Amino acid sequence: MSTALTDATKSEKKAKIRKIAVFVEETLSEMDRPVAPPTRRAAAAAVIENPFAGKYVEDLTELMDIGEELGELLTQKAVAALGIPGNTAESYGKAAAVGENGELEHAAAILHPKLGTPVRRVLGKGAALIPSSKKRGAAGTTLDIPLGHKDAAFVRSHFDGMEIRINDAPRANEIVVAIAVTDSGRPLPRVGGLTKSQIKGEDGLR
Amino acid sequence: MPDVRLRKKLILVEEIFHEGGPPSSTPQRRGAALAVIRNPFSGTYVEKIESFMEDLKPLGLAMAKDLVAALGGNPRAVEGYGKGAIVGTAGELEHGALWHVPGGYAMRDLLGGAKAIVPSTKKVGAPGTRLDVPVTHINASYVRSHFDSIEVGIPDAPRADEILLALVMTTGPRIHARVGGLKASEIKGEDGLR
Repeated sequence: MSTALTDATKSEKKAKIRKIAVFVEETLSEMDRPVAPPTRRAAAAAVIENPFAGKYVEDLTELMDIGEELGELLTQKAVAALGIPGNTAESYGKAAAVGENGELEHAAAILHPKLGTPVRRVLGKGAALIPSSKKRGAAGTTLDIPLGHKDAAFVRSHFDGMEIRINDAPRANEIVVAIAVTDSGRPLPRVGGLTKSQIKGEDGLR
Repeated sequence: MPDVRLRKKLILVEEIFHEGGPPSSTPQRRGAALAVIRNPFSGTYVEKIESFMEDLKPLGLAMAKDLVAALGGNPRAVEGYGKGAIVGTAGELEHGALWHVPGGYAMRDLLGGAKAIVPSTKKVGAPGTRLDVPVTHINASYVRSHFDSIEVGIPDAPRADEILLALVMTTGPRIHARVGGLKASEIKGEDGLR
């Protein structure tokens, strides 16, 4: 953990990180039925300064580069928190909450152009679209990070979402950027559809 | 004796680099270990509940160990602590009080006989209720730089017949602590207060 942290604060890095929060959730039973093995999911979130807060800026390249940097850092943190090799992760998702002096487009610039490549590099694969959500909100706003299977978006047992919240972020000039990774699907999946054993893994969908 | 039936666990760790002031060379870490258990006394008034404290001790110790591991693995790095409980709406506040002994003793043992009382808070609430768990220095309650708190909660807990239990720890003072008072370096360590 401390190595990644040092890397993130080196001067050549672009993200100005105020804090990082990591959440690991483990479900052991549902309706008194054991979930064996327990389902586990982790989310890592960085609170960064929004370089474009309070003004309209046309070129959002700086935020795109920040997205690339955070894609690697946060995925590493999430995988480390689960204590698994990256290539055994099963589903993923990403989300961002922009403080009130920023634009929704700032979240888009972080999440969409460049963040995915390092996520997939850390996880070894990831043919499927990384599901995402974004919002603008006050400190303490919740983020519902959508989750989908990383190699086949249609795997129904892995459609899910993980709620996180940081009580003091995003401040008006900040952005919260979060990546969630799991080693499993929902606790007791039983609504049919494509299963992970049926994945062909060619198109990222099935 | 009622079983401890665990539905869910959550570990949260924050690393704080700055809060608008000079970034610290050693970021503060704050963490929480949460567990959601079935409330064996929900739905009815039960007079004798004390024995459940004993039942909760292994869970308390396991949570404290998980939390120290999530904070880097060194118990000596932990400088502040606190505990709390949220009781689902079919239970009573008194059920949350069952956590005082097993939660507190687990942390003190693991942290090498910490001297200060473990600050705590509790409430009855619905799923998604948030709890601001107070934090003070593990050896001297009056150390002002270590007065802190960590907000915790889980979106789907506690259900009506559940209890959400929390332990929290910090690895240092508030990130830009500067309001004076007793310092950690001035602790006498005799009474758990100063």
